[in-house]
Amino acid sequence: MTLLTLFLEFFKMGALTFGGGYAMIPFIKETVAAHGWMTTEELVDFIAVAESTPGAFAVNISTYVGSQVGGFLGAVCATVGLVLPPFLLILLIAKGYEKFKENRIIKGVMLGLKSTVVGLIAATVLTVGFSVLFPAGFSLDAVGGYLASANLWFILIVFAVMLFLLMYKKLNPILVIVISAVLGIGAGYAGIITV
Amino acid sequence: MKQKFKLCLQIFLTFMKIGVVTFGGGYAMIPIIENETSKKKNWIAPDDLIDVIALSESTPGPISICAATFIGFKLAGILGAFCAVLGVVLPSFVIIYLISLFLRQFEELMIIKYAFFGIRAGVLALLVKAVISMYKKSPKNIVAYLIMAASMAAVAFFSANVIIVLVSAAIIGLAASIIARRAGRELT
Repeated sequence: MTLLTLFLEFFKMGALTFGGGYAMIPFIKETVAAHGWMTTEELVDFIAVAESTPGAFAVNISTYVGSQVGGFLGAVCATVGLVLPPFLLILLIAKGYEKFKENRIIKGVMLGLKSTVVGLIAATVLTVGFSVLFPAGFSLDAVGGYLASANLWFILIVFAVMLFLLMYKKLNPILVIVISAVLGIGAGYAGIITV
Repeated sequence: MKQKFKLCLQIFLTFMKIGVVTFGGGYAMIPIIENETSKKKNWIAPDDLIDVIALSESTPGPISICAATFIGFKLAGILGAFCAVLGVVLPSFVIIYLISLFLRQFEELMIIKYAFFGIRAGVLALLVKAVISMYKKSPKNIVAYLIMAASMAAVAFFSANVIIVLVSAAIIGLAASIIARRAGRELT
């Protein structure tokens, strides 16, 4: 039953995510939360793992969630589920793709999908950002003390520096992860942050 | 028959190589796919490759899977498509499966806890960059902006279901482009 659920959930994602990679995160976040397969924190950690290993992000995350939930067979079911919709669809349209590309209905649908993906990822940034900045949740009583804590400032500074390096220095995402990890280890052993 | 088998084996190995050397997937894969299938092997013309990418963008699923299916199919039919997809997926499947066996144990180590604390801030930066680059590639018109804002608000503040948001956006985009065309305008 779990195997079938894994297959179907990832089949849905394979059929409905356009733009690949990060466009899938809002969808996966909702699915893993609904089934209790993974916490947001584990998902964020896994994004780092997926960025530092070869292959498409979507494939990596299906294999990982599948394996965590249903072992080796779970990994196979989730990955096959994800890959099947694009595989079948491309086979169907490979011959007449000139027509497909210029089709007005497809163009109209793509206008909606390309726009919504931006909004969906922005929503993920908000919710993931919130859980990274306030891991213990947000309460008005505790927020005063937390604003003074080094943890919050450490995250904000690392975030700002990494975003700057990504945007203006075209830093490789793997290096972003390596540098952030080293900064975290340094700050941890120096006693600046507490985890 | 023997020749087709040989070709399929070549397709499998080439896409496996592509699967091993591409980190981050998606667009990072395009130059490597170009190098392996167009420059080295002459399997596909550079112009056709651009079409493959456009096609991958307008169909669901990861770009690497779409491109592998398409190129494999052009070369050797359904079996070719199957070999290409299997090749491109296999390396990351094996690596991630192995990682999944010990990641949780590693996470208990203090040094890994500190590392992931830093990494979360870095991943947040990667996500923000993904929003910015997706925005740059997205349509720029009033309908597109409204869809972006509405989907963000629906999911972030009202916990709307992602599938419902995707389907509604597709319908609204289609309706808006039909209305715009009736009015003699094109939404791009």
